[in-house]
Amino acid sequence: MTLLGSLALWVAFLLGIWGALTGFVGGLRNRYDLQQSARRAVFAMFGALAIAVVALEWALFHHDFNVEYVAAYTSRNLPIFYTWSALYAGQKGSLLFWATVLSLFGTLAQLFTARRHQVYLPYVAGVVSVVTVFFITVMLFAANPFTRLPYTPLDGSGLNPQLQNPGMVFHPPMLYLGYISMTIPFAFALAALMSRNLDSDWLVAIRKWTIVSWLFLSIGLLLGMWWAYVELGWGGYWAWDPVENAALLPWLTMTAFLHSVMIQEKRGMLKKWNLALVIGSWLLSIMGTFITRSGVISSVHSFTESPVGYYFAFFLVASAIISFTLYTRRLPLLTAEARLESMVSREASFLFNNLLFVGIAFSVLWGTLFPILSEAVQGTKVTVGPPFFNQVNIPLGLALLALTGIGPLIAWRRASIANLQRQFAVPVTVGVFTGLALLVGGMRDFYPLMAMALGGFVLGTVVQEFARGTRARHRQYNESYALALARLVGRNRRRYGGYVVHVGIVILFVAFAGMAFKTETEATLKPGESATLKSPYGWTYTFTHLGISQYDQLNRQVTAATIEIRRDGKRLGLLTTEKRQHVDALGRPTFQPSTEVGIRSDWREDLYVVLGGVVNGSEQAVFRFTINPLVWWVWYGGMILTLGGLLVMWPGGGSPAVKRTQAGYAVKLVGEGSP
Amino acid sequence: MSVVRRYVATLHDPMDRRRFLGSGAGAFLGVVTTWQRAAPQGPDSLPGSGPSGRLWDPSRAGRPLEPVTAADNAEAIQAIEKRLRCTCGCNLDVYTCRTTDFTCTTSPEMHRRVLALANQGKTAQEIIDDFVRQDGVAILMAPPKHGFNLAGYFAPSIVILIAALLLVLALWRWTRRDAEEPAPAVAVPADASPEELARLKRELAELPE
Repeated sequence: MTLLGSLALWVAFLLGIWGALTGFVGGLRNRYDLQQSARRAVFAMFGALAIAVVALEWALFHHDFNVEYVAAYTSRNLPIFYTWSALYAGQKGSLLFWATVLSLFGTLAQLFTARRHQVYLPYVAGVVSVVTVFFITVMLFAANPFTRLPYTPLDGSGLNPQLQNPGMVFHPPMLYLGYISMTIPFAFALAALMSRNLDSDWLVAIRKWTIVSWLFLSIGLLLGMWWAYVELGWGGYWAWDPVENAALLPWLTMTAFLHSVMIQEKRGMLKKWNLALVIGSWLLSIMGTFITRSGVISSVHSFTESPVGYYFAFFLVASAIISFTLYTRRLPLLTAEARLESMVSREASFLFNNLLFVGIAFSVLWGTLFPILSEAVQGTKVTVGPPFFNQVNIPLGLALLALTGIGPLIAWRRASIANLQRQFAVPVTVGVFTGLALLVGGMRDFYPLMAMALGGFVLGTVVQEFARGTRARHRQYNESYALALARLVGRNRRRYGGYVVHVGIVILFVAFAGMAFKTETEATLKPGESATLKSPYGWTYTFTHLGISQYDQLNRQVTAATIEIRRDGKRLGLLTTEKRQHVDALGRPTFQPSTEVGIRSDWREDLYVVLGGVVNGSEQAVFRFTINPLVWWVWYGGMILTLGGLLVMWPGGGSPAVKRTQAGYAVKLVGEGSP
Repeated sequence: MSVVRRYVATLHDPMDRRRFLGSGAGAFLGVVTTWQRAAPQGPDSLPGSGPSGRLWDPSRAGRPLEPVTAADNAEAIQAIEKRLRCTCGCNLDVYTCRTTDFTCTTSPEMHRRVLALANQGKTAQEIIDDFVRQDGVAILMAPPKHGFNLAGYFAPSIVILIAALLLVLALWRWTRRDAEEPAPAVAVPADASPEELARLKRELAELPE
């Protein structure tokens, strides 16, 4: 099967080169036969890569330890769930996964793009083929997942224990799907530049793809946070690690694009900016992969370091030069169709929103790369950790949160003073009231206080938008309030889905602010002894060590400590925290013992207990007890954000003009004629 | 034709009623007489109470640890350690690493060094300076605010401020040009009755946009 896999890679490589050639030549010379050939090359490339994936999974499930990749990432006793996910647990497998999914997305783009956008498709096939060929090249010449060993080990090394977590099964593919799907909007952007069809039509073709990509990236980031929280044991979910930053960068620029694209759709403005954002987001995703793979920047994700990073560096530079050369040559064709009428308008607020998104992306990138820059300039390597990122980004994040509430309140084109007063009265009151209530309640920390007050303001904005829209429908169509709300949302999913995303963002900000009140202590306890910890809400938690048991489970030897928890004397239940020594099928230890955190979560706070180890081989154990306020809201805020994203991209609802009319308002779009 | 299998069960030592009752009585008396001796077992995990206080295989529980002292939990020590980077390659600060990655031997060593320096009566800044002297500025979780590092702290804010100023200037120019050259007014024929237009105006006034 590995021979078949290698052969499939070579076939996909040749098909990709053919697809790129026929796609670009067919598009530029308007040759229908070549265009069709490029289209079929993308389909065939996907087929060949799918065969390679099946071949690698076959080797994984059949424990073919003669294959280096199988021996490096699995063992005979690895649970089947993780044997499957070992496909993308290592460098080589994840490259194969990436190339396959990219060719799948390329195929879907060819199949499901509307007929009126067909002019772009040959170029899209060309770009997808070039990017896929790059990944296959890296596999064939630097990181082949089908490489065989000169001997066959009795058992494999097993999977890193930290990757043996459900979060790690879903987090990497989600993030990859986000990164990979970004290639399709990028391909359409390049297609628009190459074909000189630079009206707003190409935006319509990529709208769904952009949201899909943004949604996958969001879910990938959230799952990564969840995995870090439950698995790594340091009690947090975001450490400003270079690889986390690398995933955040394209998310920020994509979010900026999702806002500014509305201006191009409604007013025919910001064409240059939107194209630059799409190209920049894709380049940032490749740069993220470069950072992950090269090890050029020290990161907790060092298990993926390898020389393939330099292939990515070359590809990144070459792609940037080609894209921006094409971009600058087409700038004269990218003129705005309308003018900005007022500085106090929705358009202007979106421009400031974009400024902040891109500004935050710049500051994250700057901080991530500053150690390299410092070494180059002053010959000294410095560390840029959370204190730096928090200092620079928290004020920017709060400004962005404020704009999240301000933007929807300002009218398109021009807002009058009366309009502003009417729009801002309720949200500002809610925000001020929230801030004052917290101040009176004893909160004195500036940033958390601001985050929560601004959160109140944004929630006020969203509720007001829903309430006014519902009321307008109720009056206009005599619908019940529930029906009016359902139809308001159903017929304008993009707008109201966006507001749901804003609610998710507010919840996330409030949850992040909660971490400012984290408390923790370390204690050494003999069985029967207790430690106490004061919660930010004023409760006293008592943690009583009941004892330690040792047993074998699946592919690991477990040492589990049981803790009884009481809040102000009232028993809440038991928590178990573990040390796990993973072993191979022959009982040999495979990795250092890992920690399994005990977490008790409710909507107010999480109790987070870590078994550090034991003293002198006895049941006397070292524990770390942490109380993390509002963490529950990070996961539920994330779910609301995802729900909003799904609402935005959910298909159906009729034509845009009909939806706008039925939603109870009408905005005339650029290029729309009189009825 | 049917085959019937017969099984013959034989009691080799059949028990009569007297022996059965005698055994029962003996068992009952045995339980009663030993009742006091078998005291209810205490928590089997109490340290020093026997083999149950020790782990069956301590090596499975990772590296042996020392008991936590009050100094380990001291806020002043934690604050110092949160400013120092563990050099094991984990990218975490010393405090987070030593309370998270219990296989790491670097962060406990750095922690002991912090404690030793604190015991010598050194202030937090002196302790940090001592680490910087020995390990370089990369030992700090954030670069010190002087020299080129200031660019690290302030470049993002300065760039964003300049971009914001440029944006305001551009917006001002665009909107002024628009005011000087107003778009030609196009008369749009109304295909609605005056009543309908009045209703539309009312509805629009109530809408958010």
